[in-house]
Amino acid sequence: MSELAFFIDYSRCIGCRACVQACEECDTHRGQSMIHLETIERRDTVQTAPQMCMHCEDPVCARVCPADAIKQTPDGVTQSSLKPRCIGCANCVMACPFGVPKYEASIDQMMKCDYCFDRTSIGKKPMCATVCPSQALTFTTREEIERTRRGRPINEWRFGNEVVRTKVFVLVPPATTQVDVGLGDLVQIRAGKKASHVRPVAKDDVAALLEDLP
Amino acid sequence: MSEDAKRHLPLWRRDFPIRWDEDHYVTRRQLAKFLTLGSAILVGANVAMVAAGRKHTAESYPPQRICAADALGPGESLLFRYPTAQDPCILVRTKAGALVAFSQVCTHLSCAVVYRKSDDRLFCPCHEGVFACHEGTAGAEPLEGPPERPLPRITLDVRQGNVFATGVAL
Repeated sequence: MSELAFFIDYSRCIGCRACVQACEECDTHRGQSMIHLETIERRDTVQTAPQMCMHCEDPVCARVCPADAIKQTPDGVTQSSLKPRCIGCANCVMACPFGVPKYEASIDQMMKCDYCFDRTSIGKKPMCATVCPSQALTFTTREEIERTRRGRPINEWRFGNEVVRTKVFVLVPPATTQVDVGLGDLVQIRAGKKASHVRPVAKDDVAALLEDLP
Repeated sequence: MSEDAKRHLPLWRRDFPIRWDEDHYVTRRQLAKFLTLGSAILVGANVAMVAAGRKHTAESYPPQRICAADALGPGESLLFRYPTAQDPCILVRTKAGALVAFSQVCTHLSCAVVYRKSDDRLFCPCHEGVFACHEGTAGAEPLEGPPERPLPRITLDVRQGNVFATGVAL
C-alpha cells in the first residue's frame, strides 16, 4: 500500500461548492475558503473545476517570496505564508501558475491552501476531499485510484518551457503523460501579436462578459 | 535537496532555504544551553585561576647577599634585585628597628614603591597607593589608594653580620 495522496478528477466535479463550504469551516481561516471553484468556458458549458494548492515539488511561490515567508515541510506540503514574515507584496500571487495564493487585503497577508496540514499530517483526509459528493477530490492511495477510475493520475505540468511537478495528482485520459498548458499559444511575447483564442466580445453578450468574472 | 545540488544555489538561498528541515533556526533551548554552558565555563575558569593563585604561596630561591646587617639605620631603605635582575625589591629598616623586605612592584599597576620615612610606610607615587611596612605574615597590606593586594614579601636571613634574601612569600 503506497501512502495517501490527493487526486483531482475535474470531469467528476458537479459544481456543488461543498468543498468551498467545508474549507471555510476550518478555524484557522473561518469564513475564508482556500479552495477556488473555477468556472470553465462559462458561455459554452457548466463545467466547474476545483482548484486547491497543487503543492509543487519546487514551489515557485516560495522561490519568489522576498520575505522568506513561505516554507515547505519535509513531506512536500507548501505552507501558507508565515504571519510574522508576510509583507503582502503579492509576488506569490503573480508567480503561481495555478493561481492559488490570494492576497487578503483585510489582514495584508497572502493566504492559501495548506493541504489541511493539521489533518493530513495525522492521517486524516483534508476537509474538501472529505465532503466531495462525487469524489472529484479524493484523498486515497494510488492503488485505489487505479482500481476504481479509468483516468490516469499524473503530476507533471508543462507551462511553455517550464516543467512543474506537483504533490497533488490530476486524473487525465490514459494516453496523457503530462498536462501541457500550452502557454506557447496563449502568450506570444516574441511574436508580439495578440493571442489567437481571444474572441471579440459584443457589449450585450452577457455570457461572454460573465467569463471575465473571477 | 542533495548536498551537491545545494552547492549550486546562491548563498542567500542557502541562508534562507525553502524547506523546513534545511532551515537552521536557533531554538530557545539551544540558546539556553549555550548560555548555561558558557557561564559554567567562565565560572570554572575563574575557580581554576583562583586555585592556581592559591597554590603558589611561597617560593624559595637560592640565597643572595643584600648588604651588611648594620648598613641601614632606622628609617632607611635600600633597593636590591631578587630573585632575578628583573625583580626590583626594597629592604627597609623600620623605625622600630626591624629589617623587612618587599617586592618593589606595586600590585596596582606595577609602579615602583618607595619607603616614606615620615609615616614609616611604603608609598607608590603613581596613584598615591600606600602599603604598611612591618613584620609579620600580612607584611605590606594595602592601606590607601587603588592597590587591593599586599606586596610580596622577601624572606630575610641575617647570618654573620650580612643580610641574605632567601625566598619570596606571596
